[in-house]
Amino acid sequence: MSCNDCNKVGDPRYDELQVYIDSLRDKPHFESYLIAVLHRAQGLFGYLSEETMNYVSCDMNIPTAQIWGVATFYHFFNLAEQGKHTVSVCMGTACYVKGAAEVLETLKKELGVEVGETSADKIFTLDEARCVGACGLAPVMMIDDEIYGDLTPDKVVAIIKKYREKAKGAA
Amino acid sequence: METKYTITLCDAEFSSEHSIGLKGAFEKAAKANSLESGLRFTTCKTLGLKDKGAIVVVNPGYFVYGDVTEELVNKIVAEHLVGGEAVQENLIKEDHLFNRSFKTFGDSEFFGKQLRIALRNCGNIDPDNIDDYLANRGYEAIAKVLTDMTPVDVIQEVKKSGVRGRGGAGFPTGLKWEFTQRSQADEKYVVCNADEGDPGAFMDRSTIEGDPHTVLEGMSIAGYAIGASKGVIYIRAEYPLAIKRLEKAIVDARNAGFLGTKILGSDFDFDIELRLGAGAFVCGEETALLNSIEGRRGMPRPRPPFPAQSGLFGKPTLINNVETWANIPVIILDGSEWFSSVGTENSKGTKVFALAGKVVNTGLVEVPMGTTLRDIVYDIGGGIPNGKKLKAIQTGGPSGGCLPVEYLDTKIDYESLAKAGSIMGSGGMIVIDEDTCMVNIAKFFLEFTQDESCGKCTPCREGTKRMLEILTRITEGKGKPEDIAKLERLGNMIKKASLCGLGQSAPNPVLSTIKNFREEYEEHINEGKCRAGQCQSLLSYVINDKCVGCGACKRVCPVDAISGEKKEAHLIDQEKCIKCGQCYQVCKFKAIDKL
Repeated sequence: MSCNDCNKVGDPRYDELQVYIDSLRDKPHFESYLIAVLHRAQGLFGYLSEETMNYVSCDMNIPTAQIWGVATFYHFFNLAEQGKHTVSVCMGTACYVKGAAEVLETLKKELGVEVGETSADKIFTLDEARCVGACGLAPVMMIDDEIYGDLTPDKVVAIIKKYREKAKGAA
Repeated sequence: METKYTITLCDAEFSSEHSIGLKGAFEKAAKANSLESGLRFTTCKTLGLKDKGAIVVVNPGYFVYGDVTEELVNKIVAEHLVGGEAVQENLIKEDHLFNRSFKTFGDSEFFGKQLRIALRNCGNIDPDNIDDYLANRGYEAIAKVLTDMTPVDVIQEVKKSGVRGRGGAGFPTGLKWEFTQRSQADEKYVVCNADEGDPGAFMDRSTIEGDPHTVLEGMSIAGYAIGASKGVIYIRAEYPLAIKRLEKAIVDARNAGFLGTKILGSDFDFDIELRLGAGAFVCGEETALLNSIEGRRGMPRPRPPFPAQSGLFGKPTLINNVETWANIPVIILDGSEWFSSVGTENSKGTKVFALAGKVVNTGLVEVPMGTTLRDIVYDIGGGIPNGKKLKAIQTGGPSGGCLPVEYLDTKIDYESLAKAGSIMGSGGMIVIDEDTCMVNIAKFFLEFTQDESCGKCTPCREGTKRMLEILTRITEGKGKPEDIAKLERLGNMIKKASLCGLGQSAPNPVLSTIKNFREEYEEHINEGKCRAGQCQSLLSYVINDKCVGCGACKRVCPVDAISGEKKEAHLIDQEKCIKCGQCYQVCKFKAIDKL
């Protein structure tokens, strides 16, 4: 029994989620599979949006509030879309003194996002970090595990451009 | 005639033609002694005995024969299989300590003092191959239980073995089984807790990745004993390989008839399902784990009722940790008498530790209970690297405590560790040297538990936060003289008033470091000094008279706090300095002191 109101016609990911939920429906304690369903949903969509949670709610007959409670309880679930790369600007004292705020402003403008958000092209998620211990290179940002130091607004733009081209080339 | 002996022919050390020849010899000799229907043959990949020629293992008893020839086969059949006496001169006994053949991986110090029961198969068998497990006495215990033992017999055997919960609390396993067995219900559950969350601990992951079937077998035995037909393994989502291996093991076990309905032709039905966690440390607590399996927020439930009365979906539930399950088949096969001969008076068997920190050999070690901390750190662990001095040993992770050097000869068992002010815990063991600040390490563990506190009960939610604030201020040199007493009062309150094990043990790292290293706390607060040089805010960097004026420090300083002309001694402006330590790292002349 699926919910017609929120049947997301046309998005094959919802079809796949539906098939998975239906495969569990006859098991005893069907509702107990909520976490497994959320795992599957995050695997398909990359994160749990309100829309996805509403869909699961209708389909499993569990209140959205309860699903929201579960999704926020466990570290594993992301509630916002994550970019391909995470850009973390170090906000430690040394970096701050050397102009981390300017670096951050440049990134916000260049990516068109606020801290914690993901760029429209889904390539970058912007974050702030505590001291990463590279004070000698201040100001510093990290893209995934790579450290970039001695940054100026111009350098930041150039580095972002490089990642963007590479990501687009791969896609 | 029932199968009396299992003959395992080892395939790796010599050509398979040879082993076929040996099999033929066994069959011929058996026929001559009219034994043929009493034999079962298996093969295995390798036993790790490279220089012993052709190897044959005879079970039950795990008799390993080396350099086997066709003549020896005749002798084995006549004396061992018919006469019941092993051919002593050709037996390989690897474990000199207990005169039995648990593989000890040679004579190196690292392995010499270990006894592997839970990890007996890890590294020796192909975890994806059920035949390899079978060749190493796999599923023999469940067969023995189903044919020769009543549920009460099984529980008695587990009780007599003296095995206690390896998840950390050390509750007698047999008693737990008995409580669950006595609960009346139409349905019962057996649960495996594989939500291993302590930072740096990976005992359960390795056990599952190396020997998944042993967990399934242990759980099946419990299912038979308590009258349950359903098992659930709750495992962290962060362990993809362990999950994959368990999934395959469950399918293989079902296909081979070790799981499912009418197991091995008996009336016993048992099947196991996997449930994944989603990254919450508190779910290692048994009642929080049950909530998580039920698809809810993993918050603990008040006890009583205990899971043995009302657990998963309100039914009686038996929960044991991975390592406990891995011990069960051995207890059944080798008997409680042998098992309880290992260990100390109140702690039987072995314990697996994840040895880490400032020690030469890091990794998993499994030692008999009663081994001293000194044996683990110096003989197995190879001591402290770089000639540094040992300061403390931390056991039990974020729930445990730090033991100073005076406790090095403490025997590892549940009571001795508790008496010394720490806990056995699930098996994390971190070696700490003189370069580690005890206040800082207490802060590290408290940051972890504070972050993972589920928020259900106030003492844990608010109390750990307040404690962390106080600790942070001490490490920043802003501690107040009354802070130590405040931490102790708060810590004891949280221990007494919290709902679950997480809160009840969260203050342990702080309380045990205050007990054993009070002077370090006092130095931080009263003198603004960190003797390990770890608390950055308490340090000052000063240039001494070795300075040649090269200017390297001046160039690297991110806040321009260093001044001085070329070839003249430089000076650090303490007002401007942010204590990042870059100048200290870059100076080639040891001209900067960390005070």
